[in-house]
Amino acid sequence: MTAPKTLYDKIWDAHVAHQDDDGTCLLYIDRHLVHEVTSPQAFEGLRMSGRKVHSPDKTIAVPDHNVPTTLDRTEGEVKNEESRIQLEALDKNARDFGVHYYPVDDVRQGVVHIVGPEQGWTLPGMTVVCGDSHTATHGAFGSLAHGIGTSEVEHVLATQTLIQAKSKNMKVEITGKLMPGVTPKDVTMAVIAQTGTAGGTGHVIEYCGQVIRDMSMEGRMTVCNMAIEGGARAGLIAPDETTYKYVKGRPHAPKGEQWDMALEWWKTLFTDEGAHFDQVLVLKGEDIVPTVTWGTSPEDALPITATVPFPSDFEGGKVDAAKRSLDYMGLEAGMKLTDIQIDTVFIGSCTNGRIEDFRAAADILRGKKIKDGMRAMVVPGSGLVRLQAEAEGLDKVFLDAGFEWRLAGCSMCLAMNPDKLEPGERSASTSNRNFEGRQGRESRTHLVSPAMAAAAAITGHLTDVRDMI
Amino acid sequence: MDKFNKLTGIAAPMPLVNIDTDMIIPKLFLKTIKRSGLGKNLFDEMRYNEDGSENPDFVLNKPAYRETAILVAGDNFGCGSSREHAPWAIKDFGITCVISTSFADIFFSNCFKNGILPIVLPQEQVDILMKDAQKGANARMSVDLEAQEITTSDGDVINFNVDAFKKQCLLEGLDDIGLTMQKADSISKFETMSASDRPWV
Repeated sequence: MTAPKTLYDKIWDAHVAHQDDDGTCLLYIDRHLVHEVTSPQAFEGLRMSGRKVHSPDKTIAVPDHNVPTTLDRTEGEVKNEESRIQLEALDKNARDFGVHYYPVDDVRQGVVHIVGPEQGWTLPGMTVVCGDSHTATHGAFGSLAHGIGTSEVEHVLATQTLIQAKSKNMKVEITGKLMPGVTPKDVTMAVIAQTGTAGGTGHVIEYCGQVIRDMSMEGRMTVCNMAIEGGARAGLIAPDETTYKYVKGRPHAPKGEQWDMALEWWKTLFTDEGAHFDQVLVLKGEDIVPTVTWGTSPEDALPITATVPFPSDFEGGKVDAAKRSLDYMGLEAGMKLTDIQIDTVFIGSCTNGRIEDFRAAADILRGKKIKDGMRAMVVPGSGLVRLQAEAEGLDKVFLDAGFEWRLAGCSMCLAMNPDKLEPGERSASTSNRNFEGRQGRESRTHLVSPAMAAAAAITGHLTDVRDMI
Repeated sequence: MDKFNKLTGIAAPMPLVNIDTDMIIPKLFLKTIKRSGLGKNLFDEMRYNEDGSENPDFVLNKPAYRETAILVAGDNFGCGSSREHAPWAIKDFGITCVISTSFADIFFSNCFKNGILPIVLPQEQVDILMKDAQKGANARMSVDLEAQEITTSDGDVINFNVDAFKKQCLLEGLDDIGLTMQKADSISKFETMSASDRPWV
């Protein structure tokens, strides 16, 4: 009998194309997603060495980081010259090398991690890479998905493989069920609050437990998306009926006999009883409450009912980091998190730019207005998410409340396009990073769920959404 | 790929933990389609004031550290994004070795692709090197990859571990893609097998 394997072990084993004596492997890559920021130097490298893209049919390009999200974006050129050059480079590279491509004016365009699953490129048991750390998102399908640097992008383009050593296995189990007002975003932030931003370093996390089982695919993508914020290159969730139902019928999902064949294999993709995990973390779903960040690292996450911590609450290097964060964020230790006033709300990103996120936010906003002076925007994760939301009338809810209703892109998550905060401005944001300068120089970011973002937009300060439902 | 073998130079202390990729190179500078020229924007928001003038308190702006070649940093250096612009900026500044208790996985891997040696050491040893680096221009450390040794300005020697394959690639400046292409047969064999086992891929 073979030793029990984890889900990660199984996917890994199915993709080793070559193994050296020292254990270094060539891992075969099933899907390579490409965006405009981390790929130009890689395509240039191919050109300089006279190499081709090994598998254009497994390579999918979409512009997302730089694209404007205003409704007039297809009229005329992108104003920022560097952004325009980068977008043009992707356009040229995609066409020259013959890869699948969703240009800015294609309704399917959006954030690469939303487009991949939506179009059925991401399937259970696959290896998926992209020059973007939030590639972890695709782990929600039980695919081994992680971010890579530009040199590795070039390596995958040229060889369809990656030189890899195997990571360790970590299990994160969320038992029981979530209470009203608590969402997948709160789950994934609560996990990082426990592990810290380096807790998952060197590991692939498998999320499991009843709370995960009960989640939609959208929710699972939110959870896996932030695995990297806990240091793990990849997060994984074993595929199940929810996964198959989501995948079936998507443009690039298998059909007919191949569907049956795929399904048969996908059903073997789970962690065997007794398989070894190097680290295990168990959280009770009932203990998780709406969570927000106060500082400048995703690990600075606390229940909304808490107060801003004192540097003396920490140990080691984190004491100085906390002092620096408090200063940067302009907060007083000991103040209530719900007393933090905000001026901007951003709902979108690969973390929370899917239809379910917009439904959750709209449920809070319906019939209400955002606070006077508040700047609030909703940026769909893709053109198709936007259409779906409009079909459900959600755009009206947002517009009536005072939100802007934008076109798809990464937008204010990292502020490479014109959507950004001015120095000192403070956001409640459904994105994934609250680093210094992330949403603009001297910007201040509080990470929240879509429902919490909506609540904050109404009251003007961080708010416990449970008081509004 | 650039080689790394031996290095002697000034080490700068950056004890802050969780120095992320947005701090190393803010996204404003990711719009380039080249790999070069990012050194002037390394640690941009810490290094420059809003009006573009230098922040004199930032370590790399101090006279003793303007020629820094080695960085001694706090835990979890390079966390966040996959942007290779981070090691490109570090390299372009002239730093080719970073020492910490831990690095984020993607950043760690990106360093090796660019002739930068990231060294992981236990806290006590990083503390020793951090103190050494705080000596300013006198903090000239030596790093010998072949021997896997760091020599402090006082002549104390600290050994470090490095993955054998990555070490060889750095010492010889090997091109990963070229190496992998030598295994093209294994890749096409895998593809043939995969086409029958998982034809939907």
